[in-house]
Amino acid sequence: MNFDFSEEQKLLQKTARDYLSENAPLGLCRKILEGDEPYSRELWQAAGEMGWLGAAIPEKYGGAGFGHLELALLAEEVGRALAPIPFSSSVYLATEALLVAGTDEQRERYLPGLASGELIGTFAIAERRGRPTAASVQTTFKDRELVGVKLPVPDGDVAGIAIVNARDDSGISLVVAELDARGVERESLASIDPSRSLARLSFQGARAELLGAPGKGQELADSILDRAAVLMAFEQVGAATRAFELTKDFMMERYAFGRPIASFQALKHRLADLYVKIELARSNSYYGAWALSSESAELPVAACGARASASDAFELASQEMIQLHGGVGYTWEYDCHLFYRRAKLLGLALGNASEWRDKLIERLDHPSAV
Amino acid sequence: MDFNDTPQEAEFRAAARGWLDSNAERLGPDESPTGMAEGQDREDVIKSSQAWQARKADAGWACITWPKEYGGRGASSIQNVIWNQEEGRSQTPPNVFGIGQGMLGPTIMAHGSEAQKSRYLNPMLRGEEIWCQLFSETAAGSDLAGLQTRAVREGDEWVLNGQKIWTTGAQYCRWGMIVTRSDPAAQKHAGITYFIVDMESSGIEIRPIKQINGGKSFNEVFFNDVRVPHANVVGKVNDGWRGAITTLMNERASIGGGGGSNGFRELMRLARETDWNGRPALQDPYVRQRLADFYIRSKGLQYTGYRTLTALSKGATPGPEASIGKLVGAPLSQELAGFACDLQGQAGSLMEDDSSWQSSYLGAPGIRIAGGTDEILRNIVAERVLGLPPEVRLDKGIAFQDIPSARN
Ligand SMILES: Cc1cc2nc3c(=O)[nH]c(=O)nc-3n(C[C@H](O)[C@H](O)[C@H](O)COP(=O)(O)OP(=O)(O)OC[C@H]3O[C@@H](n4cnc5c(N)ncnc54)[C@H](O)[C@@H]3O)c2cc1C
Repeated sequence: MNFDFSEEQKLLQKTARDYLSENAPLGLCRKILEGDEPYSRELWQAAGEMGWLGAAIPEKYGGAGFGHLELALLAEEVGRALAPIPFSSSVYLATEALLVAGTDEQRERYLPGLASGELIGTFAIAERRGRPTAASVQTTFKDRELVGVKLPVPDGDVAGIAIVNARDDSGISLVVAELDARGVERESLASIDPSRSLARLSFQGARAELLGAPGKGQELADSILDRAAVLMAFEQVGAATRAFELTKDFMMERYAFGRPIASFQALKHRLADLYVKIELARSNSYYGAWALSSESAELPVAACGARASASDAFELASQEMIQLHGGVGYTWEYDCHLFYRRAKLLGLALGNASEWRDKLIERLDHPSAV
Repeated sequence: MDFNDTPQEAEFRAAARGWLDSNAERLGPDESPTGMAEGQDREDVIKSSQAWQARKADAGWACITWPKEYGGRGASSIQNVIWNQEEGRSQTPPNVFGIGQGMLGPTIMAHGSEAQKSRYLNPMLRGEEIWCQLFSETAAGSDLAGLQTRAVREGDEWVLNGQKIWTTGAQYCRWGMIVTRSDPAAQKHAGITYFIVDMESSGIEIRPIKQINGGKSFNEVFFNDVRVPHANVVGKVNDGWRGAITTLMNERASIGGGGGSNGFRELMRLARETDWNGRPALQDPYVRQRLADFYIRSKGLQYTGYRTLTALSKGATPGPEASIGKLVGAPLSQELAGFACDLQGQAGSLMEDDSSWQSSYLGAPGIRIAGGTDEILRNIVAERVLGLPPEVRLDKGIAFQDIPSARN
């Protein structure tokens, strides 16, 4: 048994951490959150140059050809830094969709741009409030034209392509649409975390092309979401760990009643519980990474476990972070709200933790699965 | 990253499997060993446990991590895990030797004299002599170093007076290991001496205590002028706390190291088969959420165990992180059993012979207390894993006899 990352993989992770702590302090996230720029173009470009965006893309399509274990560790670092870039949309979703379902020609067309960062991709599934299902999809795809509205689409305001699920003659299919084409309208939407943008995409007869077999949209979307869920779990665990560390450091230095607040047992136990929750999420995520990288039949179950536990862990970490900071934690000036906002945003992208728990039981509900 | 055995591990597994298959019945993938749970104090259970232990010992499969000179095979932690997995897939009697083999034996190896090692370890390994741990007292549980059982030296002997409590197995054990107060004028942790004690000594009185689940696995043990030879001191006089720590570390490692099945599969089956509002309970959204949460926590624990094992196999020493196992596992099994009772509706309160969920619900609180309570484990995680400040204490820097307590 070797349930750990290799030394080379850890070295790659360390290089990424060093780079981000130098070039993407929390101030960068705040700058995007407070400013007009939708994401940090500089960091995005650097991530492309360092091979992060194409970590799981084979070299023949312009990627770095590392693999999903490496990508998972990079995702963890992106999470730690609360990096204000469309990493999850472009890398976990659009890129994975093309790797899973693209034809050779489609891969050649899009993957090199996605790897370098010149092209940003996204995945447009939701259409309104509530949990999307196959039955709720109203966007249609007929005569190679897409009609309908998707919202909210993460990074939809800056993406060049979107993978969209739509209804056609064969049921639900996935299609890829170029967003600068005619017939696409986009509108930025206010986000609970303005360091990551959300948009409304409205397709009015926009040209699009099938991705994968017709009528297989639901299955394909599920499998792309599973892959993204594992990678997103690493991003969440990374962010949760950073929130935890900052909170712990603060508590060691903050005095009340003549002692560091970190010495109050009520708070020590809360930190211990949070630590345990994050570690269990990390372990579930490791299992997900193993399943993803080895193309295991366990992936659908492993992804649910990783995603639900990482969403819960990051959400709790971000809530505890504010509470344990006291009044300063509730100020705009302190960084706690950056984590609080990001936790909600990431926790809802791909569907919330309850949806993944429900999916888990669905997938375990045959005698051989447990 | 992979879950495959290395070639050496695979070879070891095959050897273990080979021996087990020719000596015990192999269980199907859905079966768990029968005859577990309560009943460890029943003579027939002990006899069959001893017979199995002797058979393993003859073939070199008992306490495999112990050095060869004491009858083990010097196996690595990973090999031990492999052995436990394979033995768990065989129909074997429950092991009633855990306290000795998992905690006390390693303490003797670390702190005992050569004479103690050669006298006690092999019969312990063979299951010929069963051991109990005489640590807790009525006024010293979590705060073990608050113990008051007195040891006074008289020439080549020590005289013990006092009372221990919650001693699992005392009623059938041949030997015990006891921590005592040998110098009440010294500071709390400095006046403690650790002994091996013959449970057949005169002056020992054992009274079983009935637990909430009706079982009687633990006892009160009274010491009235019990004489123990000086040669039975483990480590140095007044330095017994060091040995006690070794025992407690091994206790957490062995209790926490578990994982394995906690009944999730059975709970899924129950939810599938139980009618709830006219449909299987498994279709109920709330039930699904709870089940998923149990699954995710128990798998998280299992995979955390894999991470620990990986670290061990790379040469790390087991650390306080092992506390996570019991801190998560014990409340989880209580919640799981409690939820299973709930799923049965009003019939969940029936206590029948085959009410295994109800039995585990009644057994679960004990696991959250024995071997370090949930709260003590949180303190350990907070202080020793996370480095948070220690508790404010009122018992430091003064003689033990002057420490405030309910008695003064
Ligand atoms: C089934 C079972 C088997 C056992 N077997 C053995 C055995 O074989 N040998 C043996 O020696 N002992 C044995 N014990 C005893 C066990 O180790 C003690 O019960 C345990 O350590 C708790 O001590 P206590 O009962 O004195 O409770 P206390 O220590 O008085 O605890 C009472 C409550 O206070 C909390 N508490 C105490 N200190 C702190 C603190 N510093 N911070 C926060 N909360 C605190 C505890 O968590 C608990 O909730 C067994 C117990 C059980 C239940």
